[in-house]
Amino acid sequence: MTMHRSLLALALILGLSAPALAAGETPQPPKQKWSFWGPVGKYDRGQLQRGFKVYREVCQACHSLSLVAFRNLAEPGGPGFTQAQAAAIAAEYKIQDGPNDQGEMFERDGRLADRFPKPFPNDNAARAANGGALPPDLSVIAKARTYERGGLWFLLDIFTQYVEQGPDYLVALLTGYEDAPQGFNLPSGTHYNKYFPGHAIGMPNPLSDGQVTYDDGSPQTVQQYAKDVTGFLMWAAEPHLEARKRLGMQVMIFLIVFAGLMYFTKKKVWAAVH
Amino acid sequence: MSGHSTYQPQNAFMKWLEARLPIAGLVHSSFIAYPTPRNLNYWWTFGGILSFMLAAQIVTGIVLVMHYTPHETMAFNSVEHIMRDVNYGWLLRYLHSNGASMFFIAVYIHMFRGMYYGSYKAPREVLWILGVIIYLLMMATGFLGYTLPWGQMSFWGATVITNFFSAIPLVGETITTWLWGGYAVGNPTLQRFFSLHYLLPFVIAGVVVLHVWALHVVGQNNPAGIEPKGDKDTVPFTPYATIKDGFAMVCFILFFAYFVFYIPNYLGHADNYIPANPAVTPAHIVPEWYYLPFYAILRAIPNKLLGVIALFASIGILVFLPWLDSSKVRSARYRPLFRQFFWIFVAVCLGLGYLGAKPAEGGYVIASQILTFYYFAHFLIILPLLSRFEKTKPLPNSISESVLKQGVPIGASAPAPTRH
Repeated sequence: MTMHRSLLALALILGLSAPALAAGETPQPPKQKWSFWGPVGKYDRGQLQRGFKVYREVCQACHSLSLVAFRNLAEPGGPGFTQAQAAAIAAEYKIQDGPNDQGEMFERDGRLADRFPKPFPNDNAARAANGGALPPDLSVIAKARTYERGGLWFLLDIFTQYVEQGPDYLVALLTGYEDAPQGFNLPSGTHYNKYFPGHAIGMPNPLSDGQVTYDDGSPQTVQQYAKDVTGFLMWAAEPHLEARKRLGMQVMIFLIVFAGLMYFTKKKVWAAVH
Repeated sequence: MSGHSTYQPQNAFMKWLEARLPIAGLVHSSFIAYPTPRNLNYWWTFGGILSFMLAAQIVTGIVLVMHYTPHETMAFNSVEHIMRDVNYGWLLRYLHSNGASMFFIAVYIHMFRGMYYGSYKAPREVLWILGVIIYLLMMATGFLGYTLPWGQMSFWGATVITNFFSAIPLVGETITTWLWGGYAVGNPTLQRFFSLHYLLPFVIAGVVVLHVWALHVVGQNNPAGIEPKGDKDTVPFTPYATIKDGFAMVCFILFFAYFVFYIPNYLGHADNYIPANPAVTPAHIVPEWYYLPFYAILRAIPNKLLGVIALFASIGILVFLPWLDSSKVRSARYRPLFRQFFWIFVAVCLGLGYLGAKPAEGGYVIASQILTFYYFAHFLIILPLLSRFEKTKPLPNSISESVLKQGVPIGASAPAPTRH
């Protein structure tokens, strides 16, 4: 029995049994096309800037972004703001600082070195303002969410480099609000979402068409907003993605050449044995 | 590390040193003149790869510790600080987290290779048992390390695993409280796990020295499974094994780099990017992939204590492998039936791994129970019976004869072990 044959047999057994068991009532999020996918993927600056606008005008009211600093907005591989633009954005925020020489806490304008301030002083205040549900911090949310692929698709994902389950889920979630089907018992204070596990989500539908004004002519639709803000959140979660993929390409090329040299050296050395 | 050294010091200083501390002679006899069977295939390169992975994990780990804070309120954010603010911190962290997985991929290949070619048989029983000890230490180290980012899976994984000990009758609760340093997984747990995670790799390094020592006393097994009978059957470690191991290592690093640079979170779990929260239990608590077969065995058994015993027995049984399989023929090449059962066993382990990732319900549990039974049956029923009743093929007279019969020049692409 060869290894191939046993793997194939295993694949058949698992492939046949798994989808039937794994198929739940929550549909799989549709796959989106992402500019940051793949070995040479990069963020789309326009998308990050639009997404940032959506975050500021919609999400920020409830969701913190506490691991991201204003200086990050001007760093390479990000939304591509200039230092001056990032400083101007920072200055629009009030940061609590202190204690000063008198021992008092005080507020001042934000600086590049500050991180995004939280919308609520603490988690309990956030819960109180949101009907008991805590709006999660969005700094790494794009990596903290996923969905079950089912079957053996996860093996194929290694080769296709499909690792955007998180962003795909977020887009689906933001566009997945609809009326609860007949007979669905929706707890009060929750909202029906097709893609949310269990369907009853605390967050009300945050997006509507035309809600955020884009100045680059992009469509002002819920679908577009959802995709843009997700792109921005992916960058927030993985700010060095572009540097990683660039270095990765250099490392891969080096290693392939090195492996080739090692192979021929090895052949030469071993040729003497027989 | 064995036999007397053929090393001849070349200059006055080396002669002086050799007379006082024969370290150069030790290195020479272990890594230069050491005779290796000439028929080793690429499955034999994983020992070197594992040494490299251990070193890589220690080096990246030491640098990560310079930036990491082992405290329940700061650990998660300090990992994010490494990812965002430390120069090439993302690279260090992804190398280390993926490195753990690569370490386990290499060790599983290394172990299955040992099983296929009967490398655990006399006189290599101690070598094999030392390997099982290294594997156990690796599992402990990996588990402790996964706790450190203090995400949801870190916290709940630690809770589930430490709860195993509460299954022990009478003293279980006391032991878990002692392990936790409190009445639940918390800051004292994180701090002691961090301390032990830093300690154990050096313990592993110590046992690796014993493993290599034992290897150099008994010599390497080989695909033919017969002992070398002189210089015709062996080649010196350097340059032959060094260059071959080097080539395989570069290929393995290429595979490793693919994960680090392109899919660095593929082998992790999304929930571990959610900060640990004792008040919220994740929908599915799943350990790292390399524990999944054992996790499936644990959950296959409805009784908690028996499940934990089965879990530990499934690893402990490896210690007894040299005596459970008493066939005089080592290599699966000359054991046609064993070869088939070996591949079924590999498939069963993969199947258990798949089931370990699935929720413990319905058909999954039944499948886990069947595969768990088979796992133990392989060791306790199939191997003892095979060693008694299997009709083995005739062994070649020598390694060089087996090489010539294959008709593949040494050093050209090594034949896959099953292809003939």
